[in-house]
Amino acid sequence: MSDPIIKIENMNKWFGDFQVLKDVNLSVEKNKKIVVCGPSGSGKSTLIRCINRLEEHQKGTIIVDGTELTENTKNIEAIRAEVGMVFQQFNLFPHLSILDNCTLAPIWVKKMPKKEAEEHAMKQLEQVQIVDQAQKFPGQLSGGQQQRCAIARALCMEPKIMLFDEPTSALDPEMIKEVLDAMVNLAKAGMTMIVVTHEMGFAKEVADEVIFMDEGMIVEKADTKEFFANPKNDRTKLFLSQIL
Amino acid sequence: MKKLNFLKPDKENITTYLYSGLLLFFVALLDVFLGSFFKINITSFLPNFVSFLLPLILGIIGLHLIRIEFSGIKNLDLLNKNINTNTFNAVLTLLIIFTLIKSIPPILSWSIVDANIAGDTKEACTGSGACWTYIKIWLRRFIYGMYPNELQWRINISFVLLIALAFVGYFPSEKVKKFLTLYYVVIYPIIAFILIYYLISGGSLGLEWVETGAWGGLSLTFIVSFFCLIFCFPVGMFLALGRRSELPTLRYISVGFIEFWRGVPLITVLFMSSVMFPMFLPEDFFMDKLVRVIIAISLFEAAYVAEVIRGGLQALPRGQYDAAKSLGMGYWKMHIFVILPQALKLVIPGIANTFLALVKDTPLIFVVGLLEIVGMLNLAKTNPKWLGFAMEGYVFAAIIFWIICYAMSRYSQNLELKYKTER
Repeated sequence: MSDPIIKIENMNKWFGDFQVLKDVNLSVEKNKKIVVCGPSGSGKSTLIRCINRLEEHQKGTIIVDGTELTENTKNIEAIRAEVGMVFQQFNLFPHLSILDNCTLAPIWVKKMPKKEAEEHAMKQLEQVQIVDQAQKFPGQLSGGQQQRCAIARALCMEPKIMLFDEPTSALDPEMIKEVLDAMVNLAKAGMTMIVVTHEMGFAKEVADEVIFMDEGMIVEKADTKEFFANPKNDRTKLFLSQIL
Repeated sequence: MKKLNFLKPDKENITTYLYSGLLLFFVALLDVFLGSFFKINITSFLPNFVSFLLPLILGIIGLHLIRIEFSGIKNLDLLNKNINTNTFNAVLTLLIIFTLIKSIPPILSWSIVDANIAGDTKEACTGSGACWTYIKIWLRRFIYGMYPNELQWRINISFVLLIALAFVGYFPSEKVKKFLTLYYVVIYPIIAFILIYYLISGGSLGLEWVETGAWGGLSLTFIVSFFCLIFCFPVGMFLALGRRSELPTLRYISVGFIEFWRGVPLITVLFMSSVMFPMFLPEDFFMDKLVRVIIAISLFEAAYVAEVIRGGLQALPRGQYDAAKSLGMGYWKMHIFVILPQALKLVIPGIANTFLALVKDTPLIFVVGLLEIVGMLNLAKTNPKWLGFAMEGYVFAAIIFWIICYAMSRYSQNLELKYKTER
């Protein structure tokens, strides 16, 4: 067993007086795919936003790829550069073309030459099958296409870890599949992934482990098969009975 | 043929209604037109009161007759839909048309028919209209201020060069395109400063020195506006960022600065800059009046620009910040490439607003003794040889300002279109 690439120990987070995360412990090994599920407001989005410090945690430690997340901005930027993130609302940059969306960070953060960055970006866009939309602007694309572009944009930074924050929740049903397909391909290519989602089909297909969260705590963490076949906690059972 | 019902025009007898309606409408227009342009009252046989209201009544009836829904005639439908939907709107339409017809003759006769432009003394103006001779004789002063006549070629050359250099951006090759922003934001102002410093101000390179007190007129309007626009924008941008900063010191300094400058009138700021400010400087330290004025106006307008830009920053969804951060961008990269381009695009109308106000505020520099175009006008109108032509002067200034401001306004609209990407 190699060292875990993400190690979270006794992490606590408050929004004002409200405690969103309570004593979260989690370690993720390289190339593992973790699906996080749970009712809304259970802190799952906050958990993965803490991993690249879009949210600050107040107590406990988070170590990503050997670096502890602290106030040190240089460290944080370095970690963010190797942790890709895909958001529920896509968050593409509307003033830039699809291609520019994908090359912006490689050029200015990784200092990649423009030509190389563009070739690389085209490869990633090909992977998610929107290479023919490269010159368009985000506003001209469908939701599914935008989300696939967002995945490509994150992949252009050649991240070691990919975080997905409910990537299909803002999509029309017929577009969910195209995004999930892109994610499945990515999983098969061996990416380390943490996915917050309600798509249990996706979880069954690719996840190594499933985490169930409720009220800021990790209630159950189990191998995928075990999780669906034989959930231990009552709340997990209730949750699964409601969404399956 | 069905019986005509004049209270309810319908489609079946459309020709009859249309022709009778249009006839009445045009008779009404003709009545007003003749009365206004030729002082002929074709309805003078009627009592005064009726004669006065007749065009309106005829017009209302005429418009009523042609108010036929879905007539099938495209122009008629368009007309009915836009200016003739009901009797009230018909009355408004008629009143506007009548007002226009009535007001054109006096304007024409004042500005053209009865106006004079020949000669070069006040006595040449014999007509009852405008005396454009006054503008003609004083034109040099209005444009160059007190700048010596024989040296005015220096201003001309500077401005021609600057205008030519401003158009460089329209012929970019792909290679130099990325340097355009740098050119406009940094290099161009430096060139402008060098030209103004060496050519217009002079004092070296064998050119005679002309003190800034002698500068004036339209050229001074341009110089002050140009530098104030260029300085206030970046300062305003940093203030806006500062006000949203997470560092308390920076934030409070920005808030304090903005609220201070927004709280004082420009005229006092100008007064302070020229009277109070030098008192705090060491004795041998000299800063030109014009420079002080430009700095004062820039800081003043920067506070406004800052608030406009802050509005744009706040309009951006948090997701944009998240996305930029998640890609590893630091504060400056995030703002330069992601946040500011979007925020500035959103606030183009607000910025244009502030800039227009700035240009129109420049006449206030008269309080420190600098006379741009309106200042020169005020000077000229009190000249004993040319008393009594304030009207011509102000109309002239109004036209000049309108041209400048309209051009800026159109330019800002073009910018909006240019940077529009479908959301």
